Amino acid sequence: MNEHASITIRGKDRYKSGVMEYKKMGYWEPDYVPKDTDIIALFRVTPQDGVDPIEASAAVAGESSTATWTVVWTDRLTAAEKYRAKCFRVDPVPNSPGQYFAYIAYDLDLFENGSIANLSASIIGNVFGFKPLKALRLEDMRLPVAYVKTFQGPATGIVVERERMDKFGRPLLGATVKPKLGLSGRNYGRVVYEALKGGLDFTKDDENINSQPFMHWRERFLYCMEAVNKAQAASGEIKGTYLNVTAGTMEDMYERAEFAKQLGSVIIMIDLVIGYTAIQSMAKWARRNDMILHLHRAGHSTYTRQRNHGVSFRVIAKWMRLAGVDHIHAGTVVGKLEGDPATTRGYYDICREDYNPVQLEHGVFFEQNWASLNKVMPVASGGIHAGQMHQLLDHLGEDVILQFGGGTIGHPMGIQAGATANRVALEAMILARNEGRDYLHEGEEILAKAAMTCTPLKAALETWKNVTFNYESTDMPDYAPTPSVSL
Amino acid sequence: MRITQGCFSFLPDLTDEQISKQVQYCLANGWAVNIEFTDDPHPRNSFWEMWGLPMFDLRDAAGVLMELTECRKVYGNSYIRLSAFDSSHGWESVRLSFIVNRPKEEPGFRLERHEVEGRNIRYTTKSYAVDRPEGQRYGAS
Repeated sequence: MNEHASITIRGKDRYKSGVMEYKKMGYWEPDYVPKDTDIIALFRVTPQDGVDPIEASAAVAGESSTATWTVVWTDRLTAAEKYRAKCFRVDPVPNSPGQYFAYIAYDLDLFENGSIANLSASIIGNVFGFKPLKALRLEDMRLPVAYVKTFQGPATGIVVERERMDKFGRPLLGATVKPKLGLSGRNYGRVVYEALKGGLDFTKDDENINSQPFMHWRERFLYCMEAVNKAQAASGEIKGTYLNVTAGTMEDMYERAEFAKQLGSVIIMIDLVIGYTAIQSMAKWARRNDMILHLHRAGHSTYTRQRNHGVSFRVIAKWMRLAGVDHIHAGTVVGKLEGDPATTRGYYDICREDYNPVQLEHGVFFEQNWASLNKVMPVASGGIHAGQMHQLLDHLGEDVILQFGGGTIGHPMGIQAGATANRVALEAMILARNEGRDYLHEGEEILAKAAMTCTPLKAALETWKNVTFNYESTDMPDYAPTPSVSL
Repeated sequence: MRITQGCFSFLPDLTDEQISKQVQYCLANGWAVNIEFTDDPHPRNSFWEMWGLPMFDLRDAAGVLMELTECRKVYGNSYIRLSAFDSSHGWESVRLSFIVNRPKEEPGFRLERHEVEGRNIRYTTKSYAVDRPEGQRYGAS
C-alpha cells in the first residue's frame, strides 16, 4: 500500500479552519526518508471498520506529535513541518486481517534528553485511546545514537557486575524467597542464608515485599544482611540479596536504599510499577553508590501480553536499558510465564548486545546501535528447575541470572540441598559445553552423571522430572524465518 | 571448608585432562589464559599473584598445563586458578575463571560482627589463614 504518493495539502489551503484528514495534513509522507537522528516507532494499528488504514496510521502520527482534531492557525508560528511525525510506510500484518504495521518517524527535537517519561508521554500518550482505532500496539522503536547518548544507561552493567561479584563463565543463580508473604524478618533471613550457603549467588525479595505488618523493611534488611555475610564467610564467595526498596514515595525509597548501602549490600531492587522517572532516579542513585540495580517487571503483562493492543515488552526492555537498570526479568522460555523462544531471544539480544540487526523472526524490526551503553543482565524466573539446565543454557546463554525459587526452596531435602542441586547442575553443564559436547541433546545424561556424586541433584531430578509448562504463547513474532538462498 | 569461588568449585576437583579441555575452549575463543596463585583467598581479594603474564598468542593448551605444573611445584599448597581474558570491545575482562589447585587444608573464614548504633552490625570476613605471616600459611610450602 506504499504506492500512494504524498497527498499532503500545502500552502495556504493547509491552514483553512475546519477538520481535515490527517493524511492530508502532512502526517502521511510515503516518500519521507528517515534521518539517522530520527526516532522511529512501529505501531500495529487496528482501524475501526471502514476507516482507511493510511488515514488511521497518519492519525497515530498526528496524535503522537503535533496534531489535534482540527486545523489550528498557531501551527504557522512554528516550524510545523519539522515537528510533524511522519508515517512513511504502512504494511498489512501477515496473517492478521484488519491489522497494519505503521512506521512513523519523529524528529529528535520532539523529545527531552534523557527522559523516558517525556519519550513515552509522546509515543504512548493520548494516542492509545483514539476512537477511530479499535486497538493499537507499539511493537518496536529505533532509538538514534544521538538520543541513546543522552541516557546514563545501566548503573553497573554485565561486565562490571561480574567483576564485582567475582563470577565468570557461567549464568548466575538466584532464588526468590517463598512464601511471598507472611514470613517474619528472622524467618525470611533463614531462607536467604540456606539458599546462599547452599550455592546460590543471589536471593531476591518478591515484587510485593515492601514493608507490611508481618515484616517491617528494616527487619528484613538487617536479617538478610546477617544471612548474606554469614553465607559469604561460609563459602568464601561474594553473595547478594536483592533488597526491594520499592515504597510509596521517592523519599522512602531513598531512605531504604541508603540503609541497604549502610549495611553493605551489593544490590537493591525496584519494581517497574514505581514509574519511569522513579526508575531513572534510582539508577542514578545506584551509579553514585556502587550498587547493582535489579528491576522486577511487575505489572508489565497488563500491557505487553496481548498482541493487538499495548506496548511490546521489547520496547519496555529498550526503555529500561536507557533508564539504567542492571537486571530485568525477560522470560524463561521453558518456565511458567509467557514467552515463546523466538520473541524471548529478541528481548535478550536487546538487553545484552551492543548492536541489534533487524531480525523479524525474533520480533526485532529495527537496527539498533547501543553505542557502548552498558548491558543489562536478563533474569529468567518462574517455574524453572535443575532438570531443565541444558535447555536454559541453550535458550538463554551465559549472561543471565537463573532464578529457581520453588526449584530451590521446594527441594525435598531442604533449601541448601536445593541450592546445591542447581549449582552442581549448572557447573556440570558449563563444563560439558566448554568441552565441546552436544549438551542440549546429552543434557539428561550429563545431569544424571553429575547426580551420581551429588545426592541433592539426584533428588531434584526425581522430584521435578516431568514438570513442564507447554501452553501456546499469546505473543509471537509475525514473521516466520525464511531461508535465504545465496546465488 | 571448601572455598567455592570460580566456575567449577561444586564439582569434584578437575583432572588435568579436564583442565586442558577448558583451556582449549578458552584458546579457541581467542582468550589469553593466566595462572594466578594466592594464600589469601578472601572473597574480595581480586588480585592474586600472577605466575608470569597472561599467555597471549598461545594455540595449544599443553603450554598452559606445562606452566601449571611448574607453578604447582612452587605453590602446590596454595590456591591456584586459571583466568581467561577476552580483549574484545565491550567485554575487556575475564570470561572464565576456575580453581585448579587447593591447599591440603582449607581453614576458611571467620565472620566478625561489630555491633554499632541501633541494631546495626558491621561485618568483616577474616581468613583464618592470614593470621599467620605470608609464606607460612597452610603450613610450610
